Amino acid sequence: MLYHILKRILLSLPLLIGITFVSFVVIHLAPGEPVSLQTDLNPRVSAASKAQLRHLYGLDEPLPLQYLKWVGRSFRLDFGRSFSPDGRKVTEKIAERIPITILLSLLEMLVILLVAIPIGILSATRQYSLFDKATTVFVFIGFAIPTFWLALLCMNLFGIHLGWLPISGLQSLDYARLSLGGKILDRLRHLILPVLVGSFGGLAGFSRYMRSNMLEVIRQDYIRTARAKGLAERTVIYKHALRNALLPVVTILGLSVPSLIGGGVIFETIFAIPGMGQLFYNSVMSRDYPVIMGILVIGAALTLLGNLLADISYALVDPRIRLSKG
Amino acid sequence: MGQGLSAKMAASAFWRQLGKNRLGLIGAGIVVVLFAIALSAPILSPSNPTELDGQHILSRPDPHHWFGTDRLGRDVLSRVIWGSRISLLVGFVAVGIATLIGIFLGALAGYYGRWVDSLIMRFVDLMLCFPTFFLILAVIAFLEPSIWNIMVVIGLTGWMGVARLVRAEFLSLKEREFVLSARALGASDLRIIFRHILPNALAPVLVSATLGVAGAILTESALSFLGIGIQPPTPSWGNILTGGKDNLEIAWWLSFFPGLAILITVLGYNLLGEGIRDAIDPRLRRK
Repeated sequence: MLYHILKRILLSLPLLIGITFVSFVVIHLAPGEPVSLQTDLNPRVSAASKAQLRHLYGLDEPLPLQYLKWVGRSFRLDFGRSFSPDGRKVTEKIAERIPITILLSLLEMLVILLVAIPIGILSATRQYSLFDKATTVFVFIGFAIPTFWLALLCMNLFGIHLGWLPISGLQSLDYARLSLGGKILDRLRHLILPVLVGSFGGLAGFSRYMRSNMLEVIRQDYIRTARAKGLAERTVIYKHALRNALLPVVTILGLSVPSLIGGGVIFETIFAIPGMGQLFYNSVMSRDYPVIMGILVIGAALTLLGNLLADISYALVDPRIRLSKG
Repeated sequence: MGQGLSAKMAASAFWRQLGKNRLGLIGAGIVVVLFAIALSAPILSPSNPTELDGQHILSRPDPHHWFGTDRLGRDVLSRVIWGSRISLLVGFVAVGIATLIGIFLGALAGYYGRWVDSLIMRFVDLMLCFPTFFLILAVIAFLEPSIWNIMVVIGLTGWMGVARLVRAEFLSLKEREFVLSARALGASDLRIIFRHILPNALAPVLVSATLGVAGAILTESALSFLGIGIQPPTPSWGNILTGGKDNLEIAWWLSFFPGLAILITVLGYNLLGEGIRDAIDPRLRRK
């Protein structure tokens, strides 16, 4: 068991190195040199100063050496300083934003679990019924709808025309003057739209997966045995079938980390939420390369972590694996 | 020839199965209509999509402008019609690139196995570590948002699924008799791969490609929406939606119509792709 986990972790290490390598390649896609950004527009910068800058940033060293230094710095989470006017450390800027993005992702996962699992179970047990057909339509639309469009429509409907929910930020302007209960409520109200819209795509996918998983499990022999034993249908479904169908849930959640992180860019930007995604978008628009690279590497590392956790938890949860490996 | 169905019988069975699938046919219908619209854009569109009309800024949908106008007075209907060209172009080229790369790498991995397979699959795992959208955004930030860059980048980040599919097909097909007999007759590796195995491995690739077009269209519109994709004045459904976001309170039509176009298009390709998948998978056929 432990051996299995260790093996997985060991296999992930080369991927971590690979992430730094791909990121390094991406940085060097930019035409021109990094320092030319800061010096090209200034005609008074002399060639000597440019050479000095290049030396300062280590750009005159051979590429492999530059790469090794990049890897070393990445592992220490040192991505340099932002190009934006505030010039703060990249790691600092990312660190203050990650909690919000993680909170959003966790909430979205929660919504997906709470809604998709019942939908999946019900459409599997009532296959071909009206409910099943309706949810199939819902799933297909969920796969096809551009989520940013859905966000706009919801903002328009719930925020502007109905005025029920706020459409931007994490708190209202008069947040400081609210009571504790009012503060909590305010936060919640701001989170409702982003979380619901953000989980929509995952909802569609997951409920479809639950449905097909349940269908497959229900066809198994042991279910037939349970029914033959005379167990109530409820027990058959919820005690026996469900447990087996739920096995991959944690794995799926772990595997959906990249889409939740990536989707954050769109939602955080639309809903003006100060998370890592919004930081990424702003950096891309202003070509703030150090921040872009930092978020890219950290995002990839988080994805790797998510996959690792998904793998390990599946081994933990599935007794067949847990009991077989030494 | 020991393979069961001949190619012709398999093909007609495929078309018959596809024809029975109502959703798949709806999808096919949408795809065909979309092509027709894109092809006939110059004739179909009521006005020039880039023509400015200062007199009619942000005007509501009316008989003159069925979909209303945007902030610069351009007719939204024309922009949506012309935008279909961009979407289809990006969709097909990006998927083309992704499919070519995926077939190439998947075939190599599946056919040669062992260290080649391990190496390629590790590379696939590596690419899958990056949140795709992040990677695309980062790369386009470093290059410039031209339509070619977008198509290439979407293609370069989307080949992994195809590679896995092709690899799986090759792994199972390379032990079949027709491969063994070809090899016994002295056929070179290259010939076996391209002439014998590949044609039989392409069915799931077709599904993946169809679904891939849908995904590429969604990605391109997301990029254009964020302002890092197709730049105005070239009309893309995504960049019309940017106008929708900026004028949310006063111009609902800028948000509604382009998004609806994306939804219907993507839905069409998804349905078609699922239809093809059902038609080629013998296990899924109901008795």
